[in-house]
Amino acid sequence: MLKYTLHRLLTGLITVFFIATITFAAMHLVPGDPISGAKAMSPEIRANLERKYGLDQPVLHQYKVYLTNIVKGDFGISYTQQNRSVNDIIRDHFPVSATLGVLAILIAAFGGVIFGSLTALFRNKAPDHLIMFLVILGISVPSFVFAALGQYGVTELNRFTGKDILPVGGWGTLSHMLLPSLVLGLGTMAFLVRLMRSSILEVMNLDYVRTAKAKGLSPMRIFLGHKLRNAVLPVITVLGPAIAAITTGGFVVESVFAIPGLGRYFVQAVQQLDYTVIMGLTVFYGSFLVFMVIAVDIIYGLIDPRISVAKRSAV
Amino acid sequence: MKNSTLVIFMQLTATVALTTPGLTSSALAATGSANKTLSYALSTEPPQLNSLKSTDTESFFILGHTMEGLTRYGKSGEIVPGVAEKWTMNDQGATFTLRKNAKWSDGKPVTAKDFLFSWRALVNPKTASEYAFIMYPVKNAEAINKGKLDPKELGVSAPDDYTVKVVFEKPCGYFLGLTAFGSFMPIREDFYNSKKDRYAADAGDLVYNGPFMLTKWTHGASLALDKNPNYWNKDRIALDRIDIPYITPDNNARFNFFKDNKVDLLETLNKDDLQKAQAERLKMKNFADGTLLFLEFNFRDKRPTANKNLRKAIASVFNADEYVNRVVGIPGTKAGLGLIPQWLRGSKDLFRKEHPMAARKANVAEGKKLIELAKKEMGVTSIPPLVWLTGDTPLSAKEAEYFQSLLKTTLGLELKIDKQIFKQRLAKMSAGDFDIVAAGWGPDYSDPMTFAELMTSWNENNRGQYKNAAYDKLIRSAQATAHATTRMTAMADAEKLAIDDFAILPLFERTKVYVHHDRVEGIVRHAVGPDPDFTMASIKTTKQ
Repeated sequence: MLKYTLHRLLTGLITVFFIATITFAAMHLVPGDPISGAKAMSPEIRANLERKYGLDQPVLHQYKVYLTNIVKGDFGISYTQQNRSVNDIIRDHFPVSATLGVLAILIAAFGGVIFGSLTALFRNKAPDHLIMFLVILGISVPSFVFAALGQYGVTELNRFTGKDILPVGGWGTLSHMLLPSLVLGLGTMAFLVRLMRSSILEVMNLDYVRTAKAKGLSPMRIFLGHKLRNAVLPVITVLGPAIAAITTGGFVVESVFAIPGLGRYFVQAVQQLDYTVIMGLTVFYGSFLVFMVIAVDIIYGLIDPRISVAKRSAV
Repeated sequence: MKNSTLVIFMQLTATVALTTPGLTSSALAATGSANKTLSYALSTEPPQLNSLKSTDTESFFILGHTMEGLTRYGKSGEIVPGVAEKWTMNDQGATFTLRKNAKWSDGKPVTAKDFLFSWRALVNPKTASEYAFIMYPVKNAEAINKGKLDPKELGVSAPDDYTVKVVFEKPCGYFLGLTAFGSFMPIREDFYNSKKDRYAADAGDLVYNGPFMLTKWTHGASLALDKNPNYWNKDRIALDRIDIPYITPDNNARFNFFKDNKVDLLETLNKDDLQKAQAERLKMKNFADGTLLFLEFNFRDKRPTANKNLRKAIASVFNADEYVNRVVGIPGTKAGLGLIPQWLRGSKDLFRKEHPMAARKANVAEGKKLIELAKKEMGVTSIPPLVWLTGDTPLSAKEAEYFQSLLKTTLGLELKIDKQIFKQRLAKMSAGDFDIVAAGWGPDYSDPMTFAELMTSWNENNRGQYKNAAYDKLIRSAQATAHATTRMTAMADAEKLAIDDFAILPLFERTKVYVHHDRVEGIVRHAVGPDPDFTMASIKTTKQ
């Protein structure tokens, strides 16, 4: 088990190294640079800036400096926010994105399992049709539409009642998080409902379910102890990447609800070609995703005794 | 486009109510009102607040409220005394007398040394300030910035603590306006050095000499400005607090915050918002934000747009009024006439009134003749598709499609639309990788020169590399004197040359439509200077 984990971590590190290198190359291949602004600069002013940021050095040298700093855990200073380090930006804003993401994932996972089970139990009946209709909506409508609609709804609700039922935006309390995390989790929830439904339908007629029925167990015990436990595994598999995707992909929701999350900085950095922030956040997110996938694989093994991760690593 | 700003005068704030009559001037903010807080949402957060490095609208907005230069912008954008209570100026230089009661937020006096320090630091190549060029009218500034002289050689001195003496490099008719600009704000040396690289990174890393102090700054989330008790003119400031609870680039979201009464001002409405605002019966006002939008042609060798008849043909089929109505669609928008927008002042009156320019009428028949002429001159039977470089906003797309269909149906010209995100577009503009680029220019200071200098051969912002020796000569002559009529006439002559040469095709002068709640009054909008300006705003007392 330990050997397996170490092995996975090592390959993970190599993956992150490749992510860093490819991002560095891609970033420098794109036309433009971080210091140019809407107004053109004289060559002297430009030279002053390039000197200050070390952009006058050869690219390979920049790459070396950059890698050395990453190993030291220093992502450098942002080009646009000239006196904030990338480490500061991650420290200040990742917790916000993570809180939002975890809440969204919780909503998505619970909703997915519950509604997915319902559709399976009421297969081809009214609840199934209704939920599956909503699921298709949830999958096909992008989150910015839900975000805008949700915000509009809350604004009108507050106006209609003359009270602050829910905040329209901002960050701070649980009430600020409710709507954004629901909106953010909706797409994943819809996906999980479908996954859960097919997964339960699959185990429905398996031998051990029939055995349980023959033993005379109550339908509830059969469902919880036999169907659900086995059907929930695929959901857990996709949860890892989903957590990473949700925590990193909240840009639209963050901007609609004026939430100071990391996603916004990432998008801004790409638009501004803020080299250090792009690199820092890519490496950070890359490591996060790699770590989540490894973590899920390990947890998977713990939940399902049939899978032995240690044995797999020996292959 | 960064609307870097500075202004001297003009009646930009003359607002127009679009749906219903404007605000009635009822009770002014009474003293003793419990809640004298104005709330506002920013679209992006200021990157940092070191005035030596600021280039963006948001930073200049905060700095305009928390800092004060020798002068500041008045209600109509005119220059009024700031830290300086009086001044004298001539062709060679200027002398400013500082008021003795100007203080920093920690109670220490604002002295001439604070200006010396920040002005020298701005041009010091080690600071690497993007806006160093704005100091170039001061003697030796350019040489210092190029590393040829020591910053101490800058033509500014302090004979005593309350006098700032400036020597000009060459006569500068608009210098007074510059002293209100963000880059000219004072910085206290001891404080600056004590913070090192952290200066202005957070609310506690700044010391203020303006009407407000930044008391809260949660990055990416919110800011708050409280009235500065040490500000010399604090009795004239009606607001206790400017609260910025939201930062989001999402227009729709800011509209919802406004509807939810969480912010008092929505500083700009786009075309979609207009309909919503009309449905809500909001009182809309508009103002010209100073920016001129235009098409820039590429004059580099082998570019088809280097042919004058081709450019003239394009200009002939363009109907500015139709374009403003159908594409821009913001009420109050003025069709572009020349290179110098209509809000700028000349020697006595508006520049455009002193130097009128006739609006061009569309003439398709003439355009068709010109395009045949152009083909003959180029020795081709058909003109290759023109590369139209533009940005990624909805308006850019609409504009590109409009011209694509216009030029195709009238002149048979094909446009290849090259839509790029900001930085890539900049890179392509600088590299000359286009035939026509949809460009814009916001003023750095309130003098026609900020526009007139654009098309000179030495200007890096002249991305099409238009070159005209006569134009250059006229601009140099305008820059050699502070005599208003001489300068304005030279600039008007130069402008005429560029327009007759079709160096650019002016499209429109941007107008912003905004709304604010009735409880607030005295919000001032500037084309140059901190925008919006809340220093003269107040909260109306409501009868309970």
